[in-house]
Amino acid sequence: MRIVVCAKQIPDPATPYKLEADSHWLVRPSEQVLDDTDRYGVEMGLQLAQSSDGGVTIVSMGPAGSMQGLRQALAMGAEKAVVIDDPTLRGSDALLTARVLAAAIAKEGFDLVIAGTESTDGYSGVVPQMVAEILDVPALTYATEVKANEGKVTIHRQTATGYEVVEASLPALVTVTAGVVEPRYPTFKGIMEAKKKPVDTLTLEALSVKADVDQKVTSISNAPARSGGAKIEDDGAAHEKIIDLLAQKKVI
Amino acid sequence: MAEVWVFVREFDGAPTPLALELLTKARQMGDTTAIYVGTGSEKAFARLGEYGARKVLHLDPGDSLVAAPVARAMAERLETEKPDLILFGQAYDDRDVAGRLAARIGAPILSNATEVDIDGSTSHEIFGGTQIAEAEITAEKPKLVLIRPKSFAAEPAGSEAPQVTALDLPDVGGAGARVTGTHIEEREGPKLEDAAVIVSGGRGLGSAENYELIERLGKLLGAATGATRAIVDAGWVPYAKQVGQTGKTVKPDVYIACGISGAMQHLVGMKDSKVIIAINKDADAPILGIADLGIVGDVHKVLPKLIEALENR
Repeated sequence: MRIVVCAKQIPDPATPYKLEADSHWLVRPSEQVLDDTDRYGVEMGLQLAQSSDGGVTIVSMGPAGSMQGLRQALAMGAEKAVVIDDPTLRGSDALLTARVLAAAIAKEGFDLVIAGTESTDGYSGVVPQMVAEILDVPALTYATEVKANEGKVTIHRQTATGYEVVEASLPALVTVTAGVVEPRYPTFKGIMEAKKKPVDTLTLEALSVKADVDQKVTSISNAPARSGGAKIEDDGAAHEKIIDLLAQKKVI
Repeated sequence: MAEVWVFVREFDGAPTPLALELLTKARQMGDTTAIYVGTGSEKAFARLGEYGARKVLHLDPGDSLVAAPVARAMAERLETEKPDLILFGQAYDDRDVAGRLAARIGAPILSNATEVDIDGSTSHEIFGGTQIAEAEITAEKPKLVLIRPKSFAAEPAGSEAPQVTALDLPDVGGAGARVTGTHIEEREGPKLEDAAVIVSGGRGLGSAENYELIERLGKLLGAATGATRAIVDAGWVPYAKQVGQTGKTVKPDVYIACGISGAMQHLVGMKDSKVIIAINKDADAPILGIADLGIVGDVHKVLPKLIEALENR
């Protein structure tokens, strides 16, 4: 089974995010990390590839930079990475991102595409569905469990109250939640091998996609701050303060 | 007159509360059409009318996964109709349909909006709600916007029955998927979205077993119990309990955050609670910066004492 996993390099979420002054685009340092959300997709892809004698290709859009994040996915066991890095893609929206990813995935060829449900830095939450529509395949979304074999994929699709069992024929796209599998940590051998694995860099021209964006951020302002109230150290009787406040608010 | 479409997903035979919020907003901006996806009934359609829908386009998905056929049916309809705005909620089926529809008709889409205007301009809370981004769609109509839950209050307007048109579900061939089973997880106590009091736990609890403290406190207070993404991802509690960006948005009278540091992902889902009480070991935890009462302390010590004191009242 040919598996493509969409993965994104993002600024380290542990550092405060900043926006560029005029464009309001997110500042992206050269050192970006693999979006934690994507580690689950990579792991799922590796497990399905192993049981079907196939391989995993990573497809990623954005500034390649030091490629630290992509190397992490390769170190986990993916065979190769394709990165679409083009200056005209700066400030791209969900639709342009989806067009670019879909073109790269189609060029690569696939039976199953795996993506996270939303990126940690952008959160639009609609890119995988757009990719599926462009590729004319089903999108089995918010999976907490995935099984794929003999031309069919079946998932548990998370819902607000539990889950649904959803099935479709391959080729298909699946989005995975963080609960789907436990991602492996790269081994030393994996890290060494990742340095030698192929990373193809594509431009927009190679994919025949036009860099049109029909939405923009017009301004940024500070939200009205919610001011904190009392902060007290627990001296063994802090629970009494909670009870006082709950009584005052008539909860008890 | 401006025209607005609102995507409405059926749940338990009725429009979701989120959809009623969107209908309330939509009718203030223009003539409102509900795209109703579900089995449908006189009662459900009447409710759409009550919240402002003049027309209903009804699609019954049967056992099809809704996204591909519904997006295609909407795209076909859009060949002859041109609403100014199409509103979706930031919810699972909404996201799936909106994404596919946007790609199909080549329209840009704005996600996570907390305010919207008929011209497609929107407001978004970013960086955990510390900043507001104003955005706009510069493409031709229709403009597609996904709205976060609880951005608007749902209020009925009247009782005029809407005009209902049933649409056929198009055959989408290889892009289709089938729902072959549904599993509902059992829940005790009030629903998170409706609860007046919520007790939530995070990684500071230390282990899945300690979530029992949250449940005991919740029971004593008649509260719903919630969780951070971190402990849902860790498998301690089911996703239905998740509060935050990718979980539920809540605005209770009192929110008690136990062992929760206050990651942006979590804050955006609960920061509009009327009163926030937080217990965290780390004096620098962001949650203590927005709490009305912040206890710098160990949840394993404070919670048992709190539970005991409440039991003895």
